[in-house]
This record gives sequence, C-alpha cells and structure tokens, in this order.
Amino acid sequence: MMELVCPAGTPAALRTAVDAGAHAVYCGFADATNARNFPGLNFNRDEMAAGIRYAHARGAKVLVAINTFPQAGNQGLWHAALADAEAAGADAVILADLGLLARAAECHPGLRRHLSVQAAAANADAINFYAETFGVKRVVLPRVLTVAEITAINRAIEVETEAFVFGGLCVMAEGRCSLSSYATGRSPNMNGVCSPASHVVYAQERGETVARLGGFTIHRTPAGGPAPYPTLCKGCFTSGAQTGHIFEDPVSLDATQLIPQLARAGVTALKIEGRQRSRAYVAEVVRSFRAAVEAQAAGRPMPESALRRLTEGQAATTGAYAKTWR
Amino acid sequence: MDLTVGPNPFFWSVEAVRDFYACLARAPVARVVLGELVCSKRLPFWQDEIPGAIETLRAAGKEVALSTLALITLPRERRLTRDLIEMGLPVEVNDLTALRFIPDGMPFWVGPLVNVYNEGTLDWLADRGARRICLPPELPMGAVEILAEAGRQRGVAVEVWGHGRVPLAISGRCYHARLHDRAKDNCQFVCGEDPDGRPVETLDGQAFLTVNGVQTLSQSVASAARQLGLLRAAGVASLRLSPQSAYFSDICEAYAGALGGGAAGLESRLAATTGGAALSDGFLAGEAGVDWSGG
Repeated sequence: MMELVCPAGTPAALRTAVDAGAHAVYCGFADATNARNFPGLNFNRDEMAAGIRYAHARGAKVLVAINTFPQAGNQGLWHAALADAEAAGADAVILADLGLLARAAECHPGLRRHLSVQAAAANADAINFYAETFGVKRVVLPRVLTVAEITAINRAIEVETEAFVFGGLCVMAEGRCSLSSYATGRSPNMNGVCSPASHVVYAQERGETVARLGGFTIHRTPAGGPAPYPTLCKGCFTSGAQTGHIFEDPVSLDATQLIPQLARAGVTALKIEGRQRSRAYVAEVVRSFRAAVEAQAAGRPMPESALRRLTEGQAATTGAYAKTWR
Repeated sequence: MDLTVGPNPFFWSVEAVRDFYACLARAPVARVVLGELVCSKRLPFWQDEIPGAIETLRAAGKEVALSTLALITLPRERRLTRDLIEMGLPVEVNDLTALRFIPDGMPFWVGPLVNVYNEGTLDWLADRGARRICLPPELPMGAVEILAEAGRQRGVAVEVWGHGRVPLAISGRCYHARLHDRAKDNCQFVCGEDPDGRPVETLDGQAFLTVNGVQTLSQSVASAARQLGLLRAAGVASLRLSPQSAYFSDICEAYAGALGGGAAGLESRLAATTGGAALSDGFLAGEAGVDWSGG
C-alpha cells in the first residue's frame, strides 16, 4: 500500500491523524526550524517524545520537519533540533539546507534523512546528488512536476519519492521564493512562514472587503461574501490591460483521482499538506485518503473525492501534475 | 570591492544582446556572468551570440563565467547543464543539479538563486570547490556580515546583490504565457515583448511585482547604494549588478565611481535609470524587502 503521510500541527492533531489511519505523520518543533512556524502550532521536546511514543504504539511513523534554512550565527538552534529529534525517537528528519544535511549525515548517521520539498530537487540528477552526497533515503517532490516527469525520475533514481496529493499549493518552486519577505519581511526560508497573519489587514472600502498583506492589496471581494486569506501568490492583480489571478487562482490541490497514476509512476508515499489545519479537518482528510490508498492497493477505482468543501475557495486543481497547468 | 554583472534574466533580441555585451566590454566591471538563467526555450534564439560575447569580454580583461539555468527539470535542460560544465569556463551554479556534473576538485561559483543562508552551507560549498558565492538577495546585513567573514576564512569571495530588480521566485508555470491565455508549451515567446519584464500592480494601483516568464521579480529596483560602507567594512568582495535594457552603462559607471570614492550623487544618478520604478534596500537594511532606507 502507498504510505500516507499526514500533517500534525499539534500533539492533538498527531493523535487524531494516527487514529484516522495515517501511516506516518510529520511535525516540527515550536521554533524557526520548521516551515510552519505559526503561533500555537508545533511541539515542545516533551510533546514530541510523547507524540512519537503514541504513534509508534499504533504502528505509525513520525517524521520531524527541520526544513527551514538555519540563520547565520544561530545554527545551534537547528543542530539542537536534529539531536532532539533523534533522541525523541523520530523515524526520519525532513531537511532542506545543504549545511544541515551535511551535519545530519556526519553527526547523526543513524537518523534517516528525507529531503524536504523546500530543497526543490526537481530532476533525477539533483535527487541523485542528494542521495549520493548525504545518504538521503526519500525525496519530497516539488510541486512543479507532471506525472510523466515523476515516472521518468523514479526510473533514474534509487531512493523513494513522496508526492503531495492534497491541501495548499505553492505555485512557485518551494524553498526558492522570497515573495513573502519582499512584502512583509517574513519568509518561508528564514522564518518558516509565508504571508503571515501578523501582516494581514482586512478593511471595508466602497462596499468591498479588502485584504492587504504588508500594505499591498491582495484581494477585493464584495462585502458580506467570503474573503479568501491573502496568500500573496493567490492574489488578484493587474498587469497592463489584464486583471486577475496572475499567478494562481485561490485553489488547492486535490490529486485523489491521480493516485493510481502516481502509484504506477513509482511514488512511495502520498503527502497531505496542512499542519495549520484543525483536528476535524485532519481527521476527515486522513480517513478519506486512507480509503483511497486502500482502494488503490486493492485495484478498486478511486472514491469520488468527499473533500470538495474542505478545499480553499471551494475549488480544486491537480496542479502541475497535468502539463497544461504550466 | 569590485563589480560583477549577473546573467541577463530577460529575453532580448540578438541585436540587443550583442549591443549589450559590446557596451559592457567598455564598462568598469571586473567580471560578467552570462548565459540563459530563466527559460531554456529562449536559448536557441540567442545562444550563437554567447561565444562572441565571451571573446569580447575576455579581450577587454573581464573575468567571464557561464550561468546554469535557475530551474532544471527537462532532460534537455540536464544535458545543457552537463555541456555547460565542459566548456572550460568557470560555471556559476544557480540550481544545485549542476553539482552532480561538476567533478570533485573543479572550482565553481555559486549564484544568488542557491540557498546559502548560513556558515554550514558556505563551508560545505567551499569544501566542494566554491570559489565565489553571491548571497541570496533576501539576506539581512547581519547575515551578510557573518557570511562575508566565513567566506574570508575559507578563501571564498562573497558577493552581494548590488543593483537590479530582485529575483523573488521561480516556477514551473509561465506567467507571461498565462497573461496571454497560453500554456507554457505554446508561449510563442511573449516574454520577448517586455525587455525588462511585465509590471504587476495591485488592485489599488500599487507598484508591486514584475513577471518575467517563469520568474517573478520585484518591481522596485534593489540598490545597495546606501550600504556600500557597511558592505565594504564587512569584507564583501563584489557587488552584483543585474542587467536591464537601458542605462546599464550609467549604472556600472555610477557604482564604479562610488566605489572609487565619489559616492556623492549616487542615489540621484541611479534614480534616473529606473524608468520611474522605486529603489529598495529593505532586504539589507529594512523590515520588508520593498522598503527603502532613503525615505
């Protein structure tokens, strides 16, 4: 069966995901070492150890994301996260930074290393480079690849691949985007946040709800209607005579129907985005995808996605997996 | 501190490319990185200009390196990268894929699109053969100071984004094609219509971003003009100037003059070269990247 890798933003969400059928959960420490460094999220050291015990007792794995880029002069925080993840019994760490990968390979050789999507290894040569150089065992694939490209990659590499199937969708190559810090000073690479809520302001103007990020208008929607969160790359902008969602519509990824194709493409694990999501959301998504991977393993058709209403802005896309997306 | 000209991120006509590098041969810059950075589909249109440009620049005493693509995905892009490394010139790595092809012991340069955020990564790259590293434009001055010192200890020349629209993101999707309701495979090279990229404003008319094919740049022109003293004191080896279609010689001369001691009037000279765009230095010196310390 394909491995289902599920988000755990909190200890409660970890237990929920495991109980709902996750084969593995991923989570991070409550600091700048992980790419979902949001207030109220993530794990302290004791919670991490307890979460790992809970998961292991139920046959599930815990992958610890240490996937931001260590700050110059403050690498100790990231090095401690590696050591503490190993001490807590993590099944793997998810890393993006070259220096941190080198550190993990040298100082924690027994700790399994996965390459984060933040490293944006988008072809077989890059993946083989990370595998040969740092002993990486699994690569989370960037969301810029088609299914055909993933198939070709898996033929040319030895390590496992993990592909996103549901949730928020970065339209830019991950780990290589400074849009958020350009507008707000806070970025995924340096702070583990994108389009942070601390820099969001909603205002009512001329019968519209205006959502601004760092002072830049990202959306204007009719007052009273739903106002999407102002994620920078999903905003509505103007260029010349055109106005619209120049980068991406406010959609989220749902690749349920592509699971059989991803299995044929040689993908080992399927990843669900959403460590910032509620327990109810996690439970529903994990149950639904567990049913889907069981159906795939049994050769049954994929269930109709029951998840439409959970996707951002009520619209879903298969993203870069279909070549026409580009 | 000297000046390095980065690869041209935009898609220009053959004539424009030829004129640009002919002019650059006379400009007061120490080195030039060239090659197609953003989109491999553009390369066949102008690659025949590259050998001549290299020859002209080297004859003028410039150090020359070739840039890899910023995002390598297709098999032909992988082959292109391999071929680049065999050309016998220094290679500037802008996608780590290239490290698979660079033999151990062969020196290379690292461009601003590789994530070098800390000493650990700089050390690893230095061990692997990096001799020059242009830091990511996102880094604040405090990190630049630490990394410049780490570079000095390791014999790596550290370069900082000195001037030009900042590269903020790269994608599998072509936004230029999308703006013309086309897919990337049928783009008809519409990015060539905008020699400095296509401006993007907010719904409230705020100048914001610039679309350049699969790349997104700032609309403001980042400038280290107000930070030259600090960068020099930090031991930064070079300032990177990023090509634009007009006034580029003026920009090179303005910075060269400032580095030679004539910093007076630098900001106003630069302001005249942006085509109306604002200057920014927020990544180095402010809160958000778009900020400008000059008020």
